[in-house]
Amino acid sequence: MASTIPVKIEFTGGLEILFSHQRSHKIALPSSDPSTNQPANVGFLIDWLCKNLMKDPREDMFVLEGTVRPGILVLINDADWELEGQEAYELQAGDEVVFVSTLHGG
Amino acid sequence: MQPLHLLDSQVRSLRQQVQSTETQLRNLKIQLQQAEQQCEAARQLEEAWAGGFPHEWINETLAALSPEAHQAVGQESQPQSTHGRWPLESEEYKRYGRQMILPEVGLHGQLRLKKARVLIVGAGGLGCPAAAYLAGAGVGTLGLVDGDTVEISNLHRQVAHGTDRVGMSKVDSAVEYLTSLNPRVNYQRHPYHLTPQTAISLFEQYDLVLDCTDHPTSRYLISDTCVLTSKPLVSASALKTEGQLIVLNNPPLPPGSSNGGPCYRCVFPRPPPADSVLSCGEGGILGPVVGLMGVLQALEAIKLLTAQPSPSSTLEPPKPTLLIFSAYSTPPFRSVRLRTRRADCAACSSVASITSQSLTSGSLDYVAFCGGTSPLDLLPPHARVSAAEFARQPRDGTNTLIDVRDETQYSMCALRGSVNVPWTGDAESWAQAAALREEISAAGKACYVVCRMGNDSQLAARALMERGLGADGGVRHIEGGFRAWREEVDPGWPEY
Repeated sequence: MASTIPVKIEFTGGLEILFSHQRSHKIALPSSDPSTNQPANVGFLIDWLCKNLMKDPREDMFVLEGTVRPGILVLINDADWELEGQEAYELQAGDEVVFVSTLHGG
Repeated sequence: MQPLHLLDSQVRSLRQQVQSTETQLRNLKIQLQQAEQQCEAARQLEEAWAGGFPHEWINETLAALSPEAHQAVGQESQPQSTHGRWPLESEEYKRYGRQMILPEVGLHGQLRLKKARVLIVGAGGLGCPAAAYLAGAGVGTLGLVDGDTVEISNLHRQVAHGTDRVGMSKVDSAVEYLTSLNPRVNYQRHPYHLTPQTAISLFEQYDLVLDCTDHPTSRYLISDTCVLTSKPLVSASALKTEGQLIVLNNPPLPPGSSNGGPCYRCVFPRPPPADSVLSCGEGGILGPVVGLMGVLQALEAIKLLTAQPSPSSTLEPPKPTLLIFSAYSTPPFRSVRLRTRRADCAACSSVASITSQSLTSGSLDYVAFCGGTSPLDLLPPHARVSAAEFARQPRDGTNTLIDVRDETQYSMCALRGSVNVPWTGDAESWAQAAALREEISAAGKACYVVCRMGNDSQLAARALMERGLGADGGVRHIEGGFRAWREEVDPGWPEY
């Protein structure tokens, strides 16, 4: 039985163009990673987003060398994911994960 | 001649001595800076006192302001005033009174602003409003760095420039505006682009730096220089309808101090791929969005400058945040917690590899670090045509012009009879969309592809050729896009 957890996803700084030009998404994420049988973590979420939510084939605009590309900040519940354990953070129901592409214009 | 191993160890030991002396020197400079700040605070209080501050209050206030400052003043027997009865001139009370009556500013805050030297790098969409508010607030010295000249396409957002100053250096134009706003400020002109070789000696003349530039190259250079010169950095950026703001290297403790604020490299250790970086000219920018970010930079600068100096012993660990603004989101503001200093940061950690020498010698190549973009040159000569040549083609229905700009640009101006198939960034999905258009898939027609600058049109033409679309009539892209069309064929074509 495949249970899911509700997670809020937001893309900003231009990343939304890779996801149907939509900033906010509510997804039902499988509660465990079928390849490892471990609880779903942010690493699994990123892979899941590429396979299930990304409508644009330019995956390298989002993921490079197995993690988010340089210049993208990942925020878990409004904190830099480096404060939360990065890919290893295990998602809880209702968590919000924001992907921010850095801007350079001025 | 001594044996080699002895010479080797001599070199090693000298190198160690040089390194430890450099570290000592750096720490002494920081201590000097802190002592100067405390001395400054004490002096300002003396002046305030001379302006009517009751004598019996001064020790109490000094103690609250900073224990060190108290000692510094205690050693002077007679306070001296250079201003007569009041520490500010009467016009200054009128000019700054509306902010001085706020407890967050007060007389002390105003005196601190007057003593402050702020450097603004970039006199564009961020720098103009930031400079305006800092000049208005009475910052003592305001330095402006920019090597560009004013263009008419700047004016919808770069509020310090004007139509009659198009073509003028941005620094000169901004100083003209700022002088009319507040002639009491000492404006320093630096009308050139910041370089690694000159950045350190420039930053050393200031107390605080605002990054108002528009490229990762300058953002890394400014952050590294702020770390090496121990200056706090207020950094902002904006594109399209969004903006970001971070205060970095605050407090500006020496590399290796974990209580110092993170630098740009702590947050972004690796630069983004060069082709993912969009400029305002390419991506567009809404004036009030970048204006808002520049105003917020001025606000953060005023908060930092008017804050009471606190002795280093009571410094709280930094709580760095990133403010994200998104004009079309609800709510539009989001403030997020950032990491602290990175233990292996190349600039601000104890194992930093970036040094003053590597900057001044020019050995650090910021352009190479961020990756340059070279002009696209994808197609063989027979698949390219100049705008002038295209203008000579018959308009009898034997050819199709495919305009790959997005719908927004296409609806601003387009050539009659052209077909709009916006470039999607991906050859496969674009070619699928193109194949659905009868004008493109029809047999025997020549296809010409055009875009704004002549890059996307190459990608699109190649996508057609690789899939055999339009093969019998031939596929060509128009070199230089509509920019070349305007220059070579139709001067009346809108330039945007």
